[in-house]
Amino acid sequence: MVMDQVEVGTIEFVRNAAPIAVLDNVTKKYGAITALDGLSLVLRPGEIVALLGPNGAGKSTAVRLLLGLSSPSTGTARIFGGDPRVAETRTRIGAMLQVAAVPKTLKVKEHIDLFRSYSPKPLSVADIVRIAQLEGLEDRLFQALSGGQKQRLLFGLAICGDPEIVFLDEPTVGLDIEARRGLWEQIRSLAARGKTVLLTTHYLEEADALAHRIVVINKGKVVSEGTPREIKSRTSARKIRCVTTLSTAQIWTMPGVVDVRVSDGITTVTAGNVEAVLRLMLTWDEELSGLEIVSPGLEDAFLALTQGGR
Amino acid sequence: MATTTVTYSIKPLRRTFGETLAIYTKETKYEFLKLMRTRTFSLSTIGFPVMFYIFFGLANRGTSMGGGVVATKYMLASYCSFGMIGAALFGIGVGLASERAQGWLELKRSSPMPSLAYLVAKCITAQAFGVIIVSILAALAVIFGEVHLTLRELGMLLGMAVVGTIPFAALGLLIALLVPANAASGVVNLIYLPMSFLSGLWIPIQYLPKFFKPIAPYLPAYHLAQLLETIFGYQGPAATSSHWLGLAGFTLLMLGVSWAVFHRTEQDA
Repeated sequence: MVMDQVEVGTIEFVRNAAPIAVLDNVTKKYGAITALDGLSLVLRPGEIVALLGPNGAGKSTAVRLLLGLSSPSTGTARIFGGDPRVAETRTRIGAMLQVAAVPKTLKVKEHIDLFRSYSPKPLSVADIVRIAQLEGLEDRLFQALSGGQKQRLLFGLAICGDPEIVFLDEPTVGLDIEARRGLWEQIRSLAARGKTVLLTTHYLEEADALAHRIVVINKGKVVSEGTPREIKSRTSARKIRCVTTLSTAQIWTMPGVVDVRVSDGITTVTAGNVEAVLRLMLTWDEELSGLEIVSPGLEDAFLALTQGGR
Repeated sequence: MATTTVTYSIKPLRRTFGETLAIYTKETKYEFLKLMRTRTFSLSTIGFPVMFYIFFGLANRGTSMGGGVVATKYMLASYCSFGMIGAALFGIGVGLASERAQGWLELKRSSPMPSLAYLVAKCITAQAFGVIIVSILAALAVIFGEVHLTLRELGMLLGMAVVGTIPFAALGLLIALLVPANAASGVVNLIYLPMSFLSGLWIPIQYLPKFFKPIAPYLPAYHLAQLLETIFGYQGPAATSSHWLGLAGFTLLMLGVSWAVFHRTEQDA
C-alpha cells in the first residue's frame, strides 16, 4: 500500500457523487432533552467533514446515529443507502469513539489482532502499525501507553477493517499539541487514501486544519456550513477598539452591538455591523481617538456563530 | 466533474464457519488473557476459594460428617461451587458493567464484531476459570485432604465446572445490565457472599441455624452445590432432578429478564 503517500491537496471530492452517509432532518430526544433538533448532514465520498460545536451541541449523538448505535426520534439516518443499524454496514465503517477505558491488560498487537479478525478484508498488521504510528509498541500493554499512543491505537483499531468511511469522535481531546498534530497527519493520510472522514471537534484550529467542509452545530441544529474560509468570512462580527468618552450604556443602545468592554481606558465594541455603529460613535463622540477595527479570528467567528444560534 | 451516479448496495455479511469460529476463538482467548493478567481479578477469584478451602475444608481433615461422609470431600464440592460462582459473577457482572460504562462495549458494537461472540467469550472464560479453580481444589483435596477421587468423579466435577457456571454467567449478565459500573462489584458481593453462606457453601447446610435452612431451595447456589455433592453420593434428601430444574429455571429467568432489559435500553438509545 503506497496510497497514503498521495498528497492531500490532490484530492477532489465529488459534489455530485451519491452521499455515503446522510442525516435527513433528524431529531433525537432523550426524555425531555433534545440532543438533535432537525439536523441534516450529508457526507460525500472522499471528503473530510468536521462537525464543530461546543460541548453538548449534539456532535456525538450525530455520530452515534450514523453508527447505528441509536435511532432517530424523527427523520432518517442512512449509510451506504441503508439503515445504519444493519450489522452488514459495519464492515465498511471504522469508528474512533470517546472511550474512557480500553482493556488495559492486552497488548497493542493483541487488540489489533482481535479487531482485524472481525473484518472480511482487513489491512495487514504491518500497514495498521505503520499508518497508526505504533512501531515498536506492539508488545506493550495498553496500560503502559501514553495518552497520545492510546489515541493512536484507537485510531489503528478504527482502520483495521480498511473501512470506506471513518468516524472520529473528538479524536484529539486531551492530547498535547505535538500528539494532536501527529494524529492530524494520520487523518490526512486517510483522506489521501480516498476515505471519507467525519470528525467531531470543539477545536476550531483542528477543523480548519483538516476539513474540506465544516458544519458548525449548536443545540442540535446546524448553525453554519461551508469551507473553513467561508465559515470565517461569513461571520460579520468585528471589533471596534478606540478611546471614547461614551459610556458602555450609551454604546449598548446602538443597534447590532453584541459586546462592550472597557479596559485600560480602551473601549472594545463587538458588533455585527461595525460601520453603522462606528458612524454613530463618531457622531456622538467627536473626540474619539485611537481607532482600530479588528477582523475576527476563527475563534471569534465560532463564538459568534454558536452564540447567534441561541 | 460530470455527474457520477454511485449507488451503494449492502452485501449480506456471510462469514464461513471457519471465519466465525476464528472470531469466537480470538474473542475468548483475549478475554481470558485479559482477566488472567488482571491480578486483582485472577488472584482473588482463584485465591479466595483456595484459601477458604484450606481454612474450612482441609482444617477438618479426618473428620467424618456421619453416614460415611468425609468432611474434606464434602467441602471440596461446596468450595468448588463457591469458586465457580465467583468467577462468573465477577468476570461477567463486574467486567461487563465496567466495559459498558467506559464506552468500550459501544466501540466494539460499532465494529463488525458479532454481538454474540462478546457474550460467549465472557461465558467460556468464566467456565475456564471455573475449571482452573476446580482443578486446584481437587489437587489440594487429594494431596492434603486424604480425599480419594475416582477418575469418573474428577471428570464429572470438571464437567460441572463448565455446565454449572452458566446460570451464574446469566446472573452476571443481568447485574451488568442493571447496575451502574461503580456499584457493580458491591452489588455482586452483596449477592454472592450471603447467597454462598445461605446455600451451605461455607458451612455445610445441615450445620446452619435452623431458621436459615428454608431459604436455601430458593437459591441457585444451593442447587449447584447439591449437584456437585451428588457426584460423591453426598446429596441431601431432595431429588437430583429438582436441582437441575432449579438451575435451568433460574438460567432462563435471568436470560429472559436480561433480554427484556437490553431490549428496553436499545429502544431508548
